[in-house]
Amino acid sequence: MSVKREIITPEPYWNPLLAGILLGVVLLSTFVITGHGLGATGFTTRLTAWIGMYLAPISTSANDYLGGMVEEGNPLNAWISWQVIGVALGAFISAFLAHRIAFKMDGGKFLGGSKRPITALLGGILAGFGARIAAGCTSGLGLSGAAVLSLAGFTFLGTFFAVGLLVSRFMKEEK
Amino acid sequence: MGEIISGLLLGSAFGFVLERAGFGNPNKLTGQFRLSDWSVFKVMFTAIVFSAVGLMILELLGFLSADELFVPPAFLGAAALGGALVGAGFAIGGYCPGTSVVGLMSGRIDAAIFLIGLLLGTVLFAGLYPTIEALTTLGEYSLADALPDALHVSSLSINIGMVVAAIGVFILGSWMEKKSSGPVTSQSD
Repeated sequence: MSVKREIITPEPYWNPLLAGILLGVVLLSTFVITGHGLGATGFTTRLTAWIGMYLAPISTSANDYLGGMVEEGNPLNAWISWQVIGVALGAFISAFLAHRIAFKMDGGKFLGGSKRPITALLGGILAGFGARIAAGCTSGLGLSGAAVLSLAGFTFLGTFFAVGLLVSRFMKEEK
Repeated sequence: MGEIISGLLLGSAFGFVLERAGFGNPNKLTGQFRLSDWSVFKVMFTAIVFSAVGLMILELLGFLSADELFVPPAFLGAAALGGALVGAGFAIGGYCPGTSVVGLMSGRIDAAIFLIGLLLGTVLFAGLYPTIEALTTLGEYSLADALPDALHVSSLSINIGMVVAAIGVFILGSWMEKKSSGPVTSQSD
């Protein structure tokens, strides 16, 4: 007797216009409720300070950039931490309901093949470093900054896409 | 307490929409830079225009005032340099910081590695901070922080321009998607 196995296929992604409008609703609501937009690296910076507090307390407190966050007590004690925890929860719920949770090393086809862990790590380092220079990332400065028509937001998006397009030319696709 | 709830709720909605748009998938995200999948441009432009127009209307109706909103300072050199590095990181690593959280929550190991990289990049920055502090305030434009003030035009004109640009992005993007392999779906590898 064979057991009939149902293969659950992942649901299709939303149409970009619909996703864009709903993202706009979320962003606009965030501005109305908090006075600022959405972000991500505000949290990862605080997380870095928090980890540093345990792994290297002396050099973290002495650091000009992270020291101030440790001084205030728990560096994770900020709105942005809750917002990023929310992002993780919301993403998980969405992926779960749409049958899109799969443990895998993804992106290798376009980003380095078997060297995918290296491209992921290098990309993260560049983005983490760059976001601190700009004091924001694609969400915090690009998306939220452009929504308030800021020069910094548009400037960020301009070089973000120009350099992304250029660097992408050097990434070889695995056939 | 209110802060915790607003952060969790708004963040959850943000993460939910990003995942639904396919933005936890590095193949889809980088498809924008290969010009075969324009979802990133389409979604971002739509959200920016929606919020900008929404904020303008709420200000006109007196529901909020512009000076209550955080507008990032015009350190344009810092924004340009940071944008370039985040763009390079996106093209090489397959994510931006926010979308890497979405990738991780849908089980992607490469997204976890990207996040570790983010923390290492932050450590590197913090370590070099005394020498590179000046980069964070590079190229300050002192006359204005926002586009309407810089160009001496109304928000309405800027918003009309952005709506037109967004429509252009949709037309150009859909045309280029047809000419190439097209948008990455949830079922493609």
